[in-house]
Amino acid sequence: MDETAALAEFRAETRAWLEANCPEEMRQPVRSDSDICWGGRRFVFSSPAQKLWLERMATRGWTVPEWPRAYGGGGLSKEEARVLAQEMRRIRARPPLSSFGIWMLGPALLRYGSEAQKAEHLPKIARGEIRWCQGYSEPGAGSDLASLRTSAVLEGDHFIVNGQKVWTSYADRADWIFCLVRTEPDAPKHLGISFLLFDMESPGVSTAPIRLISGSSPFCQTFFDNVRVPRANLVGERGRGWEIAKYLLTHEREMIGGMDSGAAEGRDGLAQVAKRALGLGEDGRLPDSMLRTDVIRQEIDSWAFALTMERVKDEAKAGQGVGALSSMLKYYGTELNKRRMELMMSLQGTEGLLWEGEDREGDLARAWLRSRANSIEGGTSEVQLNIIAKTMLRLPAA
Amino acid sequence: MALVLTDDERMIRDSAEGFFAEHAPVAELRRLRDSRDPHGFDRALWARMAEMGFAGVAIPEAHGGAGLGMVAAGLIQEAIGRNLSLTPFLSTSILSATLLAKGGTAEQKAALLPRIAAAEIVVALAADEAPRHAPAHIGTRAHASGNGFRLTGTKPFVLDGHVADRLIVAARTSGADSEPAGITLFLVDPKAEGVRVERRSLVDSRNAARVTLEGVQVDGADVLGAVGEGFALLEAALDAGRACLAAEMLGVADRSFALTTEYLRTREQFGRPIGSFQALQHRAAHLFCELELAKSVTLKALRALDEGDSRSAIFASLAKAKVGEVARLATNEAVQMHGGIGMTDDADIGFYMKRARAAAETFGDSAFHGDRIACLMRY
Ligand SMILES: Cc1cc2nc3c(=O)[nH]c(=O)nc-3n(C[C@H](O)[C@H](O)[C@H](O)COP(=O)(O)OP(=O)(O)OC[C@H]3O[C@@H](n4cnc5c(N)ncnc54)[C@H](O)[C@@H]3O)c2cc1C
Repeated sequence: MDETAALAEFRAETRAWLEANCPEEMRQPVRSDSDICWGGRRFVFSSPAQKLWLERMATRGWTVPEWPRAYGGGGLSKEEARVLAQEMRRIRARPPLSSFGIWMLGPALLRYGSEAQKAEHLPKIARGEIRWCQGYSEPGAGSDLASLRTSAVLEGDHFIVNGQKVWTSYADRADWIFCLVRTEPDAPKHLGISFLLFDMESPGVSTAPIRLISGSSPFCQTFFDNVRVPRANLVGERGRGWEIAKYLLTHEREMIGGMDSGAAEGRDGLAQVAKRALGLGEDGRLPDSMLRTDVIRQEIDSWAFALTMERVKDEAKAGQGVGALSSMLKYYGTELNKRRMELMMSLQGTEGLLWEGEDREGDLARAWLRSRANSIEGGTSEVQLNIIAKTMLRLPAA
Repeated sequence: MALVLTDDERMIRDSAEGFFAEHAPVAELRRLRDSRDPHGFDRALWARMAEMGFAGVAIPEAHGGAGLGMVAAGLIQEAIGRNLSLTPFLSTSILSATLLAKGGTAEQKAALLPRIAAAEIVVALAADEAPRHAPAHIGTRAHASGNGFRLTGTKPFVLDGHVADRLIVAARTSGADSEPAGITLFLVDPKAEGVRVERRSLVDSRNAARVTLEGVQVDGADVLGAVGEGFALLEAALDAGRACLAAEMLGVADRSFALTTEYLRTREQFGRPIGSFQALQHRAAHLFCELELAKSVTLKALRALDEGDSRSAIFASLAKAKVGEVARLATNEAVQMHGGIGMTDDADIGFYMKRARAAAETFGDSAFHGDRIACLMRY
């Protein structure tokens, strides 16, 4: 490859550093939620290695490699960040920290936040000190998010927030919330929304977990009863929160869509799993020919999708991007991931049905069930197709 | 290298698109078909393609070509797909030129490559024998005779066979009928004794012929590459052809999609544009995503060939498999969304569906290439 000398040097240093600093335990595949480091005030590390790995990476700013150093980031260029990601994949290092702050709020604050808001919140996200949740959906506002009704009324230096959110992932474990509220009840629906940040320990905030088909309860109903939020916690202008909300969603969608993208390199591919599960026939092919065909089709599409992620990034870097592709990545990536999980279940046959037991039995079935949400969370597949039809294809409104 | 076109490549793409849109648009395909043109393509266009540097785009500069490689060739073939232009570009400038450049002796290269770059000759590849692509399946035999060989066998589907000035024939000098080892490539003059060439008419109005060889005498100097070791050379050329066919199908799919979304915006039923119906919007939006994937695999396959990537065979198959499916979906949806108009010969859209089908069948469809990918990755 035509890597510059500087980048090659960065690669060598990074490789050596990762080898020396990534604990062995943190090179094992992530098998369930407890393997993920979410950070936050009340986070309980599942092992000393998980804690050490976070601390070491945070010290280098590599939990958020491309954020500016001033806000706890690594200050890396896109090329360097890509090298870091490749080198981490090479040793199968787990992400040191996963969080809504990194994926969603951070990018939105970097673009729309005030200097004080950036200085206050970004370093805490980078170090995993504060865990955020997303207060968007409401019982009456899912796909039609802009019809949300949670209200915020300004009284002196505070907004008084009242209303209810739903499907708030990890609301019961999060420290702070970024929340869409209606500040201008009489304005057209997209123009009356504001983007607020507040502490989940504020008086008047309460949560009630919802149990999912996977058996776990990662999300909640969240209630606000006269919650007082300092005016300074408004991001951007009053009534202009929809733009920020949408910008944040593009990041969320790319993140969710990217979950299938490790297919080509590094990740333990579906074909590998299939080989282990089925063995090979005398002709060197998987013995179950219909299942083999499904695996091949899946691998072709996964690979094509991974190359598309690569191309979209390269085009953006070269200034040739066609813009709003996040809906495409979200739609296609999540549909692919669901298909992959269906195949993973098929490959394991009845063993895939196990629910509880030793040695993490049930992980696969839970992961399969969890994957069904991919095409719902962050805006459903149907909504993404609507957006593509409107913005990319310029088809007339329904 | 980044998965993005360079400025130079973008210029090639634009000039190719402009060229074929002007000189060989769909109307020209219609004219050649309706007049039952005996050549099935326009030699004047072929000559112009030499002036543009297209005919020799992938031929090294030392042999009179432009030496621009496969990405450039793919961009030309994509424009050919977009305009459904009839040219011998694939058979001559890609397949034959690759075989000669990679396997030819100095004399063979000097004799043929500059003439291809100048569009003076058409050279066709006579390899496949089975209706479903099986490149190692060669039953045509080459028996040693005098200082050369005698060839006997039938090639039922030779692209541009009836207009070819020279044939490259794959024949078996040893081994069983479907073994990769024992295949040898020969340069054959179609006017030689014992060669019979019959044009066959195809659904997509492209040129193909059945070539029958009955004891055709060739001499040792006509062997292309090493005796018995032609398969690797053949596969290298086929991979170039497959990647370029993927590019062509991308052009076919992309244009038929553009025609369709335009139709969705303008055709009205129930008092509104049919493009406002969500059932159609979602299918169109899905297709948009599939086309994005098609673009990525095509560029990757072409780049991998230029870079000598050790996985270039896999990427060629990936592109041929994926884009074949996308082009089928795009053109089938196009006909459906045009309603009755889509079924008429007057509308261009049917031509796109015909070409997508033919291009997908040529040198391996998705089933063939899916299996090939899996075998190359050992599952
Ligand atoms: C695992 C998970 C985690 C989540 N985490 C969060 C979170 O942290 N914070 C948060 O705010 N929200 C979260 N959500 C909520 C998520 O964003 C919503 O569920 C989603 O936007 C869909 O809204 P809804 O559930 O009300 O479904 P609805 O909008 O009622 O949709 C029901 C069905 O109708 C379809 N539909 C709706 N409108 C249209 C249309 N115009 N055209 C065609 N079809 C349509 C939908 O596609 C869907 O199939 C989460 C959801 C899940 C599953």
